[in-house]
Amino acid sequence: MKTCLVVDDSRVIRKVARRILEDLGFEIAEAADGMEAMAWCRTAMPEAILLDWNMPVMDGLSFLRELRSEPNGHEPVVVFCTVENDLEHIGLALEAGADEYIMKPFDGDILEEKLIDAGLVA
Amino acid sequence: MKPEDIETVRALVHARSGVVIDPEKIYQIETGLAPVARRAGFASLPDLIQAIRARRDERLLWAATEALTSSETSFFRDRAPFRAFREEILPALVERRGDKPIRVWCSACGTGQEPYSLAMIIDEEQTKLNAKVDLFASDLSERSLERAQSGVYSQFEVQRGLPIRLLVRYFEKLDERWTLSPRIRDMVRWRRINLLADLRSLGRFDVIFCRNVISSFDESTRGRVLEQLANALPEDGWLVLGADETIGGATDWLQPVAGRRGFYMRAQPAHAAA
Repeated sequence: MKTCLVVDDSRVIRKVARRILEDLGFEIAEAADGMEAMAWCRTAMPEAILLDWNMPVMDGLSFLRELRSEPNGHEPVVVFCTVENDLEHIGLALEAGADEYIMKPFDGDILEEKLIDAGLVA
Repeated sequence: MKPEDIETVRALVHARSGVVIDPEKIYQIETGLAPVARRAGFASLPDLIQAIRARRDERLLWAATEALTSSETSFFRDRAPFRAFREEILPALVERRGDKPIRVWCSACGTGQEPYSLAMIIDEEQTKLNAKVDLFASDLSERSLERAQSGVYSQFEVQRGLPIRLLVRYFEKLDERWTLSPRIRDMVRWRRINLLADLRSLGRFDVIFCRNVISSFDESTRGRVLEQLANALPEDGWLVLGADETIGGATDWLQPVAGRRGFYMRAQPAHAAA
């Protein structure tokens, strides 16, 4: 089973994302900030990461930059999922190595399509 | 809604568009017609139905028809037909047609996501192929066409099916709306076309997209429309239907393309009438 790490400081968002992703056949791991997420990745690199931008301790962009410089850090498909919805933020995310980008609010269909395009869902 | 009101609406829509409305879907009929009633200044739905029965106001009759026949769409809907267009159809046609422009028609384009998806593909492949493509888009609904031509979409709409790199490449954000670049918008020529009309004057198209439309027609309308579309195809042209649509027994003027769900070509040769 593929694992998706859900990184968001909102428990509600993590719960919503978990429900959608479990329906799509993922095993879910959760982290509340970039630092926690980094610890997860160093233990077991997930296939996919759903990543919030604004979080305490370490934000999503800093996490992504650090992840992509780790050994095997290029492996996970990283989908940003954030309220930041301007081209500057999206551009920064893509430069840092994000594969896809979702602007909140989102729904199950949007998330599913992004993961299908990334080849993670049939 | 009263059963006779539902029948009035169904008869109108069927006569004008060929679309068969499920009489059980009362909620959809009501939510479709509510904005039509509001815009036309009717206090209630029964007042609108009354006016529809009177059949005096053509604009109103079309507005009601359009409201009940337009459906949601998304960019690169179902993915596979667009991949086939990019990887196989477009290169093949460029090779076959040489300097002659390739003619592509989205015959039920709704709010424009389908022709714009094709336009973005054509633009992306341009450096490789140097393709000359005339891209036409039509719909029954004037309102949908207006929206399509504007190239302005909500955040929700640009997240349905549009890869983020294409959003970045082809869209600008203005307030909370996303506007497609004029370069892509200008690639598409728009026109209101009712598929029930005589389509012969439109000429030939190398590729016709007619997706998620024919399944809403009754059997005989479906046959008639498909035969008109078949006649608009050259022998090596493609008709692309929706992912879940087949021609069934509606006509034998078309044959499925092996291994390509939803793709059809003109049947050879018996019925390929002029």
